[in-house]
Amino acid sequence: MEPPLLAALREDGSVDPALDPALPNEDLLFLFRKMLLLRALDEKAISLQRSGRIGFFVPSTGQEASEIGSGFALKEGDWVFPSYRDQGAALVRGYPLSSIVGQLFGNASDAIKGHQMPNHWCDRSINLVSVSSPVATQLPQAVGAGYAAKLRGDKIAVIAFFGDGGSSTGDFHAAMNFAGVYGTPTVFFCSNNQYAISLPFAKQTASGSIAEKAAAYGFEGVRVDGNDLLAVCKVTRDALEKARAGGGPTLIEALTYRMGPHSTSDDPTRYRPEEERADWAKRDPVRRFAEYLRRAGVVDGKTAETLAEEAREEVQRAVKECEGAPPVSPESLVEDVYAEMPWHLAEQRKLLSGGEG
Amino acid sequence: MATMTLIQAIHSALAEEMERNPAVVLLGEDIGKNGGVFRATEGLWERFGPERVIDTPLAESGIVGMAIGMALYGLRPVAEIQFVDFIYPAFEQIVSELAKFRYRSAGQFPAPVVIRTPSGGGIKGGLYHSQSPEAYFVHTAGLTVVMPSAPADGKGLLTSAMRGPDPVIFLEPKALYRIAKGEVPEGEYAVPLGVARIVREGTDVSLITYGAMVPVADTAAEEADKEGVSVEIIDLRTLWPLDVGAVDRSVQKTGRAIVLHEAPRTCGFGAELSALIQERSFLHLKAPIARVTGFDTPFPYALEKTYIPDARRALEAIRAAVNF
Repeated sequence: MEPPLLAALREDGSVDPALDPALPNEDLLFLFRKMLLLRALDEKAISLQRSGRIGFFVPSTGQEASEIGSGFALKEGDWVFPSYRDQGAALVRGYPLSSIVGQLFGNASDAIKGHQMPNHWCDRSINLVSVSSPVATQLPQAVGAGYAAKLRGDKIAVIAFFGDGGSSTGDFHAAMNFAGVYGTPTVFFCSNNQYAISLPFAKQTASGSIAEKAAAYGFEGVRVDGNDLLAVCKVTRDALEKARAGGGPTLIEALTYRMGPHSTSDDPTRYRPEEERADWAKRDPVRRFAEYLRRAGVVDGKTAETLAEEAREEVQRAVKECEGAPPVSPESLVEDVYAEMPWHLAEQRKLLSGGEG
Repeated sequence: MATMTLIQAIHSALAEEMERNPAVVLLGEDIGKNGGVFRATEGLWERFGPERVIDTPLAESGIVGMAIGMALYGLRPVAEIQFVDFIYPAFEQIVSELAKFRYRSAGQFPAPVVIRTPSGGGIKGGLYHSQSPEAYFVHTAGLTVVMPSAPADGKGLLTSAMRGPDPVIFLEPKALYRIAKGEVPEGEYAVPLGVARIVREGTDVSLITYGAMVPVADTAAEEADKEGVSVEIIDLRTLWPLDVGAVDRSVQKTGRAIVLHEAPRTCGFGAELSALIQERSFLHLKAPIARVTGFDTPFPYALEKTYIPDARRALEAIRAAVNF
């Protein structure tokens, strides 16, 4: 039933040429740095949350290959509808680390004025759509954006990110169905990280895979090793290219593992065995990619450690840059509800700042 | 000027704006070849093609979600929800997504979607073809909620909704679709959102209402007039953001306020209007603010006419206010 699991990186460090995106060394190095940056961000953000300096964080440790590989496959005009765990795709898309970090602090360094909790950023300039907390609501929206692009004759693709939990929602069904009916240039990228908070994949669906669900909607489903950056990049690139060329939607299921908690509010030891995590840690996507780069002669072990240190320093600099920014203004509370402030919000603004406004 | 029904006026607003603005697209169930179950989009599929007049699968969350994505991309989507009673599957897309896009992106991603939907009772539609859920949407920050009663407003308000920067829930009183007839300006015609219409000037009682209750208010006012009571009728047209100035001015002139709607009473929009009136015009009031509303029950089938406020109930409230 389920489509074959596609992988490029073999046990012995060689690469299956059929799934090799054939990236130049410069790109490989760039991608490795982004993986390291994403992991360094997780480590720092969790410690910031634990020490009370930020309120919340959603980590993506273990999912770096899915995030960085898929995000890298995007082209300039493409649109991205992310979920709250997709800071990796955003980073590689060109969303600055300092913007991600500024949003964590929700102060004047946050482009969205502290309106949202951490991990809910956006950037209009790179078609990176605003994140919300409800799961999978972005999927029908991504179909609409794809429809609009097609109507206008824009040769772009739209990618929507979600997780295994999202595949159970009504919006997943509606979006897949609409995309199939209209043949929109939409790529549905599911990071199947095996858990929706505490619920394991086997209890999320009786299907053997997420990818096979695409068949019911009349389009292709692809299953890829989500801890294999090269394969993820290749299948995503192919799906996006197909979409841009008018070939319609694709569902990609990237099999990966959330090595950390769902969020800083979660304790995964309550619902999953440590042995399972340890088993997946053997397939740690960052280490796996580092090993590939070492064997390919792109990066040696010593350089890898230097790059990891540089990533930690970059995160540290971003934190320094953002943490000291002033708080958002009280007046921003009532801004951006409507294009122009209506009378009732103007009245409520008078309650702020001791009656000014 | 041409004489039109409300549904014809809505149709003309859609057709004319589609002609002027290629970014306007329509989507919904049965709106294409079938022209919509109320015929609001009749002939538009043939005229503008299936790419712009889009028949959708039966999934309201998909319709609204898709419209949001289109709006983010730069189109001006007008979604039709066949009956407002079926809007609830799209409630999450409306409340959590559409209404909040501007705020959650600090203005980077406005989503100017118009959702047109027939609302209210009067067609013997029972529980699921008769509801008046406007209060849910008024309660949701970021939405503009509009409900015309006169055909000219149907055209003018819908035109403004399709041009505005914010999402609009455009409630159409289906009971008036073919009953309301009136003069409608030909060609480009926009009525600004957020401005109420004084249907009838009066000095003794302010009757504040909207949608299908406007003609009911008018009948009650005629009767009251025979009893020597002068009633001022305000058709809010835009429920939210409210034209609070129009309400203030009227109530402060008459000293008596009655709010009239067919939606259920408890936490209905009338409750908010009552609170605003007492906060803003308390010292002008000569009588308690009265609410004439539907009942706190599901919308009934057999007892539809009992449920929907009629001129008799409105008139009783007018008399009670005057005789207080």
